[in-house]
Amino acid sequence: MSSTAPDEISESNVGDESFEPKIIVFCCNWCSYAGADLAGVSRLQMPPHFRVIRVMCSARVDPEFVLRAFQKGADGVLVAGCHPADCHYIGGNYRTRRRIALLRILLQQFGFDPGRLKLEWISAGEGEKFQKTIIEFTNTVNELGPSPIRGGD
Amino acid sequence: MIKEHNLNRVVVASCTPRTHEPLFQNTIKEAGLNPYLFEMANIRDQCSWIHMHEIDGATKKAKDLVRMAVAKARLLEPLENLTIDVDQQALVIGGGATGMVAALELAKQGMKVHLVEREIELGGNMRKLHYLTSGEDPSKLAEALSKEVNSNSNIKVHMQTSVKSIDGYVGNFKTTLDNGERVEHGVVILAVGGQEYKPKGEYLYGVNPNVLTLLEFKEKLKKDEIDGDSYVFIQCVGSREEGYPNCSRVCCTGTMTAAIKIKKKSPDAKVFVLFRDIRTYGFREAYYKEAADSGVTFVRFEDDVRPIVRGTENKLGVAVTDEDTGKEITLTADYLILASGTRPYAESEALAPMLKVPMTKEGFFLEAHMKLRPVDFATEGVYLAGLSHGPKFLEESIGQGLAAVSRAMTILSKKTLEAEGIVANLDETLCDGCGICVPTCEYKALEIIIDKKDEKKKLVDVNVGLCKGCGACVGACPSGALTQKGFRDEQIVAMIDAALESTTEEQEVRQ
Repeated sequence: MSSTAPDEISESNVGDESFEPKIIVFCCNWCSYAGADLAGVSRLQMPPHFRVIRVMCSARVDPEFVLRAFQKGADGVLVAGCHPADCHYIGGNYRTRRRIALLRILLQQFGFDPGRLKLEWISAGEGEKFQKTIIEFTNTVNELGPSPIRGGD
Repeated sequence: MIKEHNLNRVVVASCTPRTHEPLFQNTIKEAGLNPYLFEMANIRDQCSWIHMHEIDGATKKAKDLVRMAVAKARLLEPLENLTIDVDQQALVIGGGATGMVAALELAKQGMKVHLVEREIELGGNMRKLHYLTSGEDPSKLAEALSKEVNSNSNIKVHMQTSVKSIDGYVGNFKTTLDNGERVEHGVVILAVGGQEYKPKGEYLYGVNPNVLTLLEFKEKLKKDEIDGDSYVFIQCVGSREEGYPNCSRVCCTGTMTAAIKIKKKSPDAKVFVLFRDIRTYGFREAYYKEAADSGVTFVRFEDDVRPIVRGTENKLGVAVTDEDTGKEITLTADYLILASGTRPYAESEALAPMLKVPMTKEGFFLEAHMKLRPVDFATEGVYLAGLSHGPKFLEESIGQGLAAVSRAMTILSKKTLEAEGIVANLDETLCDGCGICVPTCEYKALEIIIDKKDEKKKLVDVNVGLCKGCGACVGACPSGALTQKGFRDEQIVAMIDAALESTTEEQEVRQ
């Protein structure tokens, strides 16, 4: 594992002190990605263990992408889209909601804790919510520990 | 550099693609490279700025972000923008000052304009304004503008009409009006305006006839129907309140002009202005000073200790606690004037989903970017101006109307337009016409058709003119036949893999 100091966001992360979670975040271009940018412009601080992949709409997130991320060792996947009724593409986020609900069931069948997959609505104006979501989800993933693929449970 | 090293892909690791991608794309285009052979790694907004105290973690992340961008860039391919025909006509919704000025300016530039106005006369709020700080009478100007609009052969005015539905896309909108008439146009300028908030019983408004809003009072003042020697103004009525936290921008200056006018007419009149904050911004500060110098008394009250108004038949009593002394002052007044805020029309809310444009919580239209695209929406070909965007002065509305026109002209001045390159694309050999994608499209860009080459085979047809490039259908396609240009499966998977490369290596070590 890397020499980076263990982060101290999660106090309950007592099991594996050197665990550094890997989180993939899919952000839609119009709301969540802009919300993440706003968090940056506002200098809101959060743990650095997530990597954002920009898609035009959260509905572009093919279930395959989520599974691929877990297969490659991601400890958590966050999909962020526009708020209900606020989608730039009118109703793309409703499709995302259904897909994520199904994926959660699927993940469980594969032996993953469904808590490793999260869906959140973050608008372009919600830099603070982006920060809060990242902190909370990082804590959740820390508590869950490494993914089964990485030798955890 | 592109030419010198014969580069065929460019990755920029800096700020956010949301603001800077087009800039870099244009640059590489000028250097002879297809603009879609470009990728950005956002290591500023989404890395260095949010992990300021975690240098190692942030550096590691920045490297990953660059690796991800490079992984995608390797798979980028040149995209050609499609061309769409442009209907060189404009639809302007709202015939107030903003809408009239916008329509006239478009007409002067040779464009045909449909101007839709719900009332029986053009002019909107401009007709309710009688004096500016500069001394002009906007209601007279409104009349002149209205005549000019009506006599301009390039402008078709649709009076007492509202928009029922709007279909289509930039360059090719098809709008149905509530009288059944259909108009076709290439752009839309939203200038539906706003209105003065009518208090709902606050400070005896609607109960006592001498409690008036600022506009109502000024109308009476203009008509010389005001007779009294004591006046109390209360600022920020219906603004900076729960639900409407914004400042309404114009009411403080409006109060100053009214107070100065009273003082000029009858110098002995007692004029009090009760306020939480005064915002006579910019050079308007001079009117605040003029009002104070002419003897208007300003009393500041605290947010949670509001003035109390009691009414008798002839006089109004206003009790206010002065913030400076903490003492309650009781004033008597012939008139109580409420400087009430600016509110949007309900009509805005009906138009927003038709045009797929966002609104603020308060019901004002929200521009694409406050600084970079101040009169645009994310929806191309739709522009905004005036009070439906937020409270502002007449000259600001007019200025914004002209700005909207110049943005609209970037579309209207061309006969054809380059369409978005990031659209859905079909691999016909993989599509079996199952139709799962069709209901996922919000733009009705997908349709199941019979394959021209094989009559027994069904296919989905993508109308690229309607496609907005969200990729919802691509995410739904079970056979992998639909792809999204610029966001192909392989490209996104390459990013996922690159992001998790270190994790994968670590696993291999473990094994």
